Amino acid sequence: MNMAELIPALIAKYNYWIYITLMMIGLYAMIAKNNLVKKIVGMNIFQTAIILYYVSIGVKKGATIPISAGGHGAAHEAVHAADYLNPLPHVLMLTAIVVGVATLGVALALCLRIYNRYNTLEEDEILAQIRKK
Amino acid sequence: MKIIGLIITIVTGAFLVYAAADFPAWADPNSPASTYLSPYFIENSMKDTSVPNFVTSLLADYRGFDTMFETTVIFTAGLVCFILLRISGRKEPETSHYRHVLTGVTVTLKEGRKIPASEDFERIDDLWTPPDLIIKTGCRLMIPFIQLFGLYVIAHGHSSPGGGFQGGVILGASIILLAISHDLRTALERMREKVVAILCPVGVAIYAGTGTLCLLLGVNFLDYSALASVLHVDPIAARSHGIFMVEIGVGIAVMTTMIWIYNNISSAGKYNQGL
Repeated sequence: MNMAELIPALIAKYNYWIYITLMMIGLYAMIAKNNLVKKIVGMNIFQTAIILYYVSIGVKKGATIPISAGGHGAAHEAVHAADYLNPLPHVLMLTAIVVGVATLGVALALCLRIYNRYNTLEEDEILAQIRKK
Repeated sequence: MKIIGLIITIVTGAFLVYAAADFPAWADPNSPASTYLSPYFIENSMKDTSVPNFVTSLLADYRGFDTMFETTVIFTAGLVCFILLRISGRKEPETSHYRHVLTGVTVTLKEGRKIPASEDFERIDDLWTPPDLIIKTGCRLMIPFIQLFGLYVIAHGHSSPGGGFQGGVILGASIILLAISHDLRTALERMREKVVAILCPVGVAIYAGTGTLCLLLGVNFLDYSALASVLHVDPIAARSHGIFMVEIGVGIAVMTTMIWIYNNISSAGKYNQGL
């Protein structure tokens, strides 16, 4: 594949490159960071990448938002699927965002409990204290 | 650990880039995600449920089970925060301090003494935050409109972007804004812990109860067309009303969970001071 083909091919899939980059940032933060709060931030970046991915695959060229243009009055008019975005990724991500906030709350609550017990949120210091016992 | 993490990340990224080569291009109308199931939802949503917003009909009708258990997950998360953090039985300090609002004079009271309830005095304890007129007044003006907008978003989920999840988050945010701009005590006076803890399962119960009502009327769980005999409308309009009922349940559950999680985390379960 030469450059003249490669660049349009890269641009045509730019949503995937953004989501892969964000996902790698989140994954690296979850594995490599020492501080538990930074791990949670990484988890949220990871989550955002997934949400971005799902929403981006719902997009269709020449389509509008998935709400019937005729409103309530147009119940018997034919609806063409090509005119509207794919509503399925929107539904899945709508719930995932709210569940994401709830799981973030649980993660922070666990962090608070860990901090109360060990007086630190650094992973290596917590592990050292556990080994000492 | 940093090097191992970097290697794992780069290997995963390389696999994803390799896989992305086979993915459909951006905004391709013939992508697999948009060809099999989604045309059915778009074309039949109006016929089946008379809800113009396909996202709402898909959320609460076609995928009703999924949404019900998402609501349960949110309720469980709120409950987990409560169980992990809540510390009950706060000790009353021996002396209490009150500040006269107009003059700024602070009064110290010995144990058991109380000041007559009036607007002129405010109690100074862990909950007390320095007064900030601009922020307090600004938030007090905005909060009613935020709540009205939250109700609008829930009620108009059928015909415009919105629904129980979004409206519930907006309503929850209005109470959290009150807690941030004033203090946690003011927010708790408006929305007591007991009220939050009762409304949260009630929201889930409204959802599950609507489904059970359909079951008792002789059809499948969450098949809202059975509500036609109760509501005296045709089965398609009954689906629309059934969706609205579960959206209200979702809205209540989400609103109270957001408040519950905020109250517990911001005060580390002591409910003595917010952010």
